[in-house]
Amino acid sequence: MTPLLTATGLRKVYGPTVALDDAGMTVDSGEIVAVMGPSGSGKSTLLHCLAGVVRPDGGSVGYGDRDLTTLSDRELSALRRTEFGFVFQFGQLVPELTGLENVALPLRLNGARRRAAQRQAAAWLDRLEVADVAQKRPGEVSGGQGQRIAVARALVTEPKVIFADEPTGALDSLNGEKVLRLLTTAARQSGAAVVLVTHEPRVAAYADREVIVRDGRTRTTEWVAG
Amino acid sequence: MSLGHTFLGLLEGQPRHGYDLKRTYDEQFGHDRPLPYGQVYATLSRLLKNGLVEVDSVEPGGGPERKRYAITEAGVTDVARWLGRPERPEPYLQSVLYTKVVLALLTGRSAADLLDVQRSEHLRLMRELTRRKLDGDLADQLICDHALFHLEADLRWLELTSARLDEFAATLSATPSASSPSSSAGGSP
Repeated sequence: MTPLLTATGLRKVYGPTVALDDAGMTVDSGEIVAVMGPSGSGKSTLLHCLAGVVRPDGGSVGYGDRDLTTLSDRELSALRRTEFGFVFQFGQLVPELTGLENVALPLRLNGARRRAAQRQAAAWLDRLEVADVAQKRPGEVSGGQGQRIAVARALVTEPKVIFADEPTGALDSLNGEKVLRLLTTAARQSGAAVVLVTHEPRVAAYADREVIVRDGRTRTTEWVAG
Repeated sequence: MSLGHTFLGLLEGQPRHGYDLKRTYDEQFGHDRPLPYGQVYATLSRLLKNGLVEVDSVEPGGGPERKRYAITEAGVTDVARWLGRPERPEPYLQSVLYTKVVLALLTGRSAADLLDVQRSEHLRLMRELTRRKLDGDLADQLICDHALFHLEADLRWLELTSARLDEFAATLSATPSASSPSSSAGGSP
C-alpha cells in the first residue's frame, strides 16, 4: 500500500538552530502514528512540515500525487482546510464564538450553509460528549471540554489526516485520557489518519506505532529478533 | 503478591472451597496465568496450620477438594494488617537495565541503541495495555493504568539516561576500576 504521506530528507534551519536534519517518515491511510522525542528535538517542526504549515529548506513531503513543498500558499491553505484537521495544546478556539460556531467554522469557510454547518457541528459535539456546552464560549468551559470541542472541529470536515500537537498537554490525567479516547476512536471510525506529537509515553500508547525524533533526526527503533 | 493474604481477603466475604477460591482468584487477578491447584492447596494448608483459616465443613468423600474453608479471627486481623501496610516501592527493571547500560558503555557498544530498543519494547507493551484498557471494564482500566504508569516511569528513566549517556560514559572512563572490562574484573575488592 502506498503511504498517504511520505516525508523524506527534511531539513529545516531556524537561524543557527538546525531543527530538522534529514528527517523522514510515512503515514498510512487511517493509521495513528505517535511522533515522540524530548523538548526541542524537532518533533513539532516535523509535524508542521508534514502538514504544510512550515515549508522545509530541503526534502519533500508527498501527499497523494502532490509534493507539498512545491505547492503555492493558496494551494496549501486549501489543502489544509479540506483534507487536514488540527488539534493543538491550547488557544485554538475563537474566543468570541460559541462551541457550536467554532466547530461549524471550518465548514462555513469551505462554503457550507449556516444551518447545515451547525447541524453537522452539533452532531460532532454530541459524539465528543460536549453537546451540553455547545452554546458556551471557550472561556466558559473547562480545559477538557475545550479540547473536545477542538477535536470536534478538527474532525467535522472529515479530513484524511489529523495533526495533533500535544493535544492533552494542558489536561489532567483523567481528562487527557477522555480526550485521547474520543479522538482516537472517532478518527478510527471515520478512517482519518492521526499524527500525534507527544513527549508522553502514555499518550503515544494510543497510537499504532511511534517515530522517535532526536536532534532533528528520525530514528527507527523496532527490535528485530535474531 | 501475597497469595495467602489474597485468599484470606476472598474468604472474608464467605467460606469457600479450594476450587472456588482458585476460580475467583483467576477471574480477578490471574489474567493470563491461572493458579495451579497445587499452589492453591499448599497455600490453604499453610493458612490452616497458622490458624488463619479453619475447615468450615467437609463433604463426604475425603480429599482436600471436599473441604470448605472459613477465615478465623486471627485471619481477619492478619489480612487487615496486610491491607493497611504500604508496599515497598520496587525498583523493577532499573537494576538490570543499569547493568546493561554500564556494560554497553564499558565494552564500546551503543548504549543509546540499547535504550532505544528498550523504549520501543516498553511502548509496545504500553500499546497492548492501552488496547486492553479501551476494550475492558473499569477493573481492567484500573489494573492497566497501574502498569502503564509504572512503565512510563521506566521510560522516563530511559529518556533521562539516554540524555546523560555522554556524561555517564565520561564518569565511567574516569573511574580506574571501570575503565575496561579487563581492569574492572580485578578492580573491586
